[in-house]
Amino acid sequence: MQDPRPAGAAGEVIQLEARDFSFWYGTTQALEGVNLAVPKRKVTALIGPSGCGKSTFLRSVNRMNDLIPNVRHEGDLVLDGESVYRPEQDVVLLRRRVGMVFQKSNPFPKSIFDNVAYGPRVNRLVNGRAALEALVEESLRRAALWDEVRDQLGENALGLSGGQQQRLCIARALAVSPEVLLMDEPASALDPIATQKIEELIHELKSEYTIVIVTPNMQQAARVSDRTAFFYLGRLVEVGNTEEIFTAPREEQTEAYITGRFG
Amino acid sequence: MPTRTEAPRRPPPAMAGRLARLLPSRSRGNLADQLFGILLKAFGLLLPALFVFIVLRIGREAWLAVGTFGWGFLLSSDWNPVLEEFGALPFVFGTIVSSFLALGLAVPLSVGVAIFLTELAPRWLAPPIAYATELLAAIPSVVYGLWAIFVMVPFLRSAVQEPLSERFGDAVPLFEGPAYGFSMLSGAVILSIMIIPFISAVAREVLDAVPRAQREAALALGATRWEMTWQVALPYALPGIIGGAILGLGRALGETMAITMVIGNGPEISASLFAPGYTMASVLANEFTEATGEIYLSALMEIALILFGITIVVNILAQLLVWRVGRRGE
Ligand SMILES: Nc1ncnc2c1ncn2[C@@H]1O[C@H](COP(=O)(O)OP(=O)(O)OP(=O)(O)O)[C@@H](O)[C@H]1O
Ligand SMILES: [Mg+2]
Repeated sequence: MQDPRPAGAAGEVIQLEARDFSFWYGTTQALEGVNLAVPKRKVTALIGPSGCGKSTFLRSVNRMNDLIPNVRHEGDLVLDGESVYRPEQDVVLLRRRVGMVFQKSNPFPKSIFDNVAYGPRVNRLVNGRAALEALVEESLRRAALWDEVRDQLGENALGLSGGQQQRLCIARALAVSPEVLLMDEPASALDPIATQKIEELIHELKSEYTIVIVTPNMQQAARVSDRTAFFYLGRLVEVGNTEEIFTAPREEQTEAYITGRFG
Repeated sequence: MPTRTEAPRRPPPAMAGRLARLLPSRSRGNLADQLFGILLKAFGLLLPALFVFIVLRIGREAWLAVGTFGWGFLLSSDWNPVLEEFGALPFVFGTIVSSFLALGLAVPLSVGVAIFLTELAPRWLAPPIAYATELLAAIPSVVYGLWAIFVMVPFLRSAVQEPLSERFGDAVPLFEGPAYGFSMLSGAVILSIMIIPFISAVAREVLDAVPRAQREAALALGATRWEMTWQVALPYALPGIIGGAILGLGRALGETMAITMVIGNGPEISASLFAPGYTMASVLANEFTEATGEIYLSALMEIALILFGITIVVNILAQLLVWRVGRRGE
């Protein structure tokens, strides 16, 4: 397998880099020698068929996979020049810098306000009620949810619609001001209108955040991302600017996948 | 020998016919189904009927005492069968205080065990410890009582009661009086040991049932394991844990043998944990055989009725809570 392309245009800063990264669940190898550079303040989409290791890759970045017994990795994941797996890495700090939005929205069964305030509270980011309220409002605004919930902040988050819940989870992640936002199929359970809202949101967020998004939907990848990485059977087959990947892929497998001739 | 091995493998036709008649045919199956259904229905109706029958029977037996003493029965603390004075207050007090004390001791411990097993213990260690904890529930009550008499009570007397009553006995009513050992404290402690297996099993189950997505949500926001447990997992599991605690309370209220052996069986109402107490279940067990006279027997029956009522209320509360938790999960 040939080396993936270098990380795009000159002047781009690489925020996150996988170096020959492999990952195992027990004896099952889920990732194999992945080399991938994620540029800062850009949207990188991960595509590929089910089971190819996209979620595994995301969950390795914030070390969510640490919770699963009998996993191991080789190679490295480097965030801002430092390995996330280095022994002195504080996982809690890492997860503050790397936010995550899950495939199924998972709000806490608490009020809308308390959901968004959870991260700032647990990380002691702000002092005083007023500052916390301001931060919650700002996060909800950024997640394009404020106007819909401003009058019901005290109500249980489980009463929101699916799309609102997912945006709430995005707001909750934004409230701790992460540098990198990992999104694992954030729109897969949503209707087209809610999906469109999330996509617009991603568009706005990328001026401030580095976003890595897994999506099963090729059109979505084409719409929201700057760069696209195609995974197949645990390997990174190809990565490049989204336009190139979708118009002129270099690899046969990539072309087969994006044109739907995959079998 | 050889003839036996040559015995026909297949039954002769006549026998086969008889066998066929024994095998369930379609109609026979229906009949069996019907019989089975009727049987189940009968059992199903039998149990509520039994319940009603027991309540009516105890109520009838207790009626004489209810009529004679009225509310005074619940308010008086004189229990003197010879003079035919019957006041149930010390027993109601003893049952409720010992049970709630036991609950207060057992709940933190059980939740602690459950948290340890679900959140902290290494994978290989959790199942044997969980199993051992639940095995405690299988020990017969009288064995608990014996162990308490010979081990727990002497230990509590020398390690807890004596030092506390020497140092604080004069100032704090809770620790007043001589340290007999057989006391409300001993009763509460043995009850708590007996209900820990139930509460911790329930707590473990509901903590295990906290969705992984909830835990991951907290961790992904920069919570430590500890914060995740306290702020997300426990609140999520709380209604279930409360349900488990009430089930434990129900058991504590009705427990008889072990507590009778250690509580001291003195019908008094004392503020001191070190004074003897008496529970409703204990007085029933102790005095039934010697209850002579109609009114004595009737008074005991009324105590039984009260105990029954309290446990039923507690169980209904538990059911309501468990039901609410189940509904919230949807
Ligand atoms: N917790 C786990 N334990 C064992 N194997 C796992 C675990 N999670 C994932 N795997 C395996 O690792 C491989 C990659 O899974 P992963 O979830 O990363 O795929 P994915 O690309 O996200 O797929 P999908 O599009 O279906 O979400 C799969 O073969 C999967 O079976
Ligand atoms: Mg996945």
